[in-house]
Amino acid sequence: MRLSQIELHPVKTEEKTRRFVEICNACRYCEGYCAVFPAIELRRQFTSGDLSYLANLCHDCRGCYYSCQYAPPHEFALNLPKAFSDLRLQTYERYAWPRPLAALFRRNGLVAASLALACTLLFLFVKTPPSPEAPSDAAGAFYAVVPEATMIAITAAAFGFAILGLSVGLFNFWRDTKNGSTVGASSFLAGLGDTLSLRNLGGGGDGCNNKDETFSQSRRYFHHSLFYGFLFCFASTCAAAFYEHVLGRIPPYPLSSVPVLLGAIGGVGMLIGIAGLVQIKASADVAPVSKMLVDIDYCFLVLLFVAAATGLLLLGFRGTGAMSVLLALHLGVIVAVFLMLPYCKFVHGIYRAAALVRSAAERRRRTSGVAEVKEAADA
Amino acid sequence: MESYDVLVVGGGNAGLSAAISAREAGASVLLVEHAPKALRGGNSRHTRNLRLMHDAPTATLTGRYSSSDYWNDLLSVTGGRTNERLARVAIDGTSPLLSWMGAHGARFQPALEGTLSLARTNAFFLGGGKALMNAYYGTAERLGITITYETEVQSICIMNGAVREVLVVAGGSTLRLKPKAVVVASGGFQANIDWLREYWGDAADNFIIRGTPYAQGLVLKNLLDQGVAPVGDSTQFHAVAVDARAPKFDGGIVSRLDCIPFSIVVDNRGNRFYDEGEDIWPKRYAIWGRLVAKCPQQIAYAVTDAKSEELFMPSLFSPVRAESISELARKLGIDAGALENTVRNFNQAVRPGKFDSNALDDCRTEGIDPPKSHWARPIDVPPFIGYPLRPGITFTYLGVQVDETACVLMQDQRRCANLFAAGEIMVGNILGQGYVAGIGMAIGAVFGRIAGKEAAKVALESN
Repeated sequence: MRLSQIELHPVKTEEKTRRFVEICNACRYCEGYCAVFPAIELRRQFTSGDLSYLANLCHDCRGCYYSCQYAPPHEFALNLPKAFSDLRLQTYERYAWPRPLAALFRRNGLVAASLALACTLLFLFVKTPPSPEAPSDAAGAFYAVVPEATMIAITAAAFGFAILGLSVGLFNFWRDTKNGSTVGASSFLAGLGDTLSLRNLGGGGDGCNNKDETFSQSRRYFHHSLFYGFLFCFASTCAAAFYEHVLGRIPPYPLSSVPVLLGAIGGVGMLIGIAGLVQIKASADVAPVSKMLVDIDYCFLVLLFVAAATGLLLLGFRGTGAMSVLLALHLGVIVAVFLMLPYCKFVHGIYRAAALVRSAAERRRRTSGVAEVKEAADA
Repeated sequence: MESYDVLVVGGGNAGLSAAISAREAGASVLLVEHAPKALRGGNSRHTRNLRLMHDAPTATLTGRYSSSDYWNDLLSVTGGRTNERLARVAIDGTSPLLSWMGAHGARFQPALEGTLSLARTNAFFLGGGKALMNAYYGTAERLGITITYETEVQSICIMNGAVREVLVVAGGSTLRLKPKAVVVASGGFQANIDWLREYWGDAADNFIIRGTPYAQGLVLKNLLDQGVAPVGDSTQFHAVAVDARAPKFDGGIVSRLDCIPFSIVVDNRGNRFYDEGEDIWPKRYAIWGRLVAKCPQQIAYAVTDAKSEELFMPSLFSPVRAESISELARKLGIDAGALENTVRNFNQAVRPGKFDSNALDDCRTEGIDPPKSHWARPIDVPPFIGYPLRPGITFTYLGVQVDETACVLMQDQRRCANLFAAGEIMVGNILGQGYVAGIGMAIGAVFGRIAGKEAAKVALESN
């Protein structure tokens, strides 16, 4: 058995995390840092589902590690960020659908690379040679290379599969972490707000601890750059669909068009974010880091980097003879990204957001509970 | 090591407050810390708040806590065993602390869940004492203070009323330093079991030391040996009841048990010995360490039942659980008949009342000695639960005498001109006995600032 397998033995990781969380619950000094600690304080016993919820609620800012009086070399050797990270990977596997594909998480690099290669080859295989007469960036040029129906069929199938896999995973997570709080619209909105703002990343306001006990906002900013860049790219796709199906305009679109602008800004944002996050990870203190999960982080970042970079390359060179190959490459990578979504670090966002919604619901229940008690006392 | 204006001995709250103040007053400063970096900060690493006077609510403190409120609280816990002049200096000195600490990296938060009774009086550090220490160390480094870890002071040589030389051991070699002024902020001697044994005999072996194992009291002993005036009762300390299963050293906050007001506490013969419900817990938690220290074998047991378990903070270790009192007694190692008898007598003595865990309620006993004055309810709902208790020593009170400028006094009451003290090593000037939550950090911060400023003044004048 390799060391990483021993470290990630499910029962051992869960037991260790439970013990850490019990110590935290007796201490409570970190209460002001993020949503995790108030959630711990609402409990006395920690089921497997509770621990999964807490692990996914953790944004891995590591503030608690550096302020912990029980961190190594203390005999309690408390290291919550690492324990939560190890456990998160196990929960990603636990909730994955179809279940056998959970094994892909620990082979992310190989799987993503193979998929990207295979999908690119597929598009290279189905593409038709561009006609030498028509300019390669004229309207309809993309569909001349890969027929519209083929392109849509393949990407939609991959996207549909991703949505299905992610949805089942979300359903599994939600069921496993059920705790009796009802989730209303306001909890949902509060959780969404926390997700979009990353309020809990470096909770307490000063940011994350990357290298040591000093704080920095850089991780939040780079994550925003990546996340909102990703959203811009998604918006670009939606805008393109609107152009084509509502306005009846056939791609590729001019540089000044909305889809191209959104895609270009998004792509650049993603590249900046990825570069920053990789730099932070590479220079981070390894003590509070889960070795297995950080490898998966890198795979996801590289995959997104390739997706964004091939998109920008296609934009840059669509007027040249390289267009058809670049188109096949970009489409291949995008399809690989879709297929990978349920089995890579992407799922962290889904479970994190769900955990934040749960946390918001718990906060509401607690506040209203306190109000009821007060009223009873007044009466 | 080159020569510094000011040498600060000890890298906890008091030492850092002194070092930062001395540096900002223009002195060059060397701070030597006995612990390695990961365990730096002395007992401050385990703290969570400090007690502050304030005339109006702040962002994290409710209401008003006047200088005279503070003084009255101190007077009541010490039973008058305090030096009023120094106590007033400490209390009034807490007034500007919030902004001074904030300006040097401290961050605060409202009172922690479960400590609402301290919301008015105590400012809580966001992330606790280690986070505060991290912030202070960062500030100290930015200010250009030299910090060395794993550096132990062997002796501070006093001649003709002033420190002439300081011997420190670092990395296996002994260095002779000649600072112009010295601040000692090296804590009490609570981690020195041999020293505790001088006053407590074998009982000391059963004490649990809640804080840093580096508080060996070597500097304190060295100074007292050279004719520095001692202060404080050598048997006095701040101690609470902790879980007997806690680590021998460094268990910190999580080893404490808050179950006592909702339990009965018996000694190893199964007898109660003190009113568990005498007053609200924040006003009584600090007497229980000493009470348990006086028990046979320095052990006691808190016993309660299922209906009370969720009334107090979750504990580091699960309680011992049993379906009957006799089974619980067996598991705890007390005579079953004796405990059954005590519980029966207690249950019969409980008078009906309206239970309120958050107030001094009217649930009390009648006809037993000692009584339980509040929160007395029959212990009758299984599973019954028990916790073994030991005295958990936070810090000792024996220290060096100082004046209002934190200057250390010799036995003839003359000032040791360039020697200053702050923190636990001089806390006995103010705490003759007893403790009130957050006052240790307050004294450390106030006298640390004073000591640093005064040391810088002395050092710069001699230049």
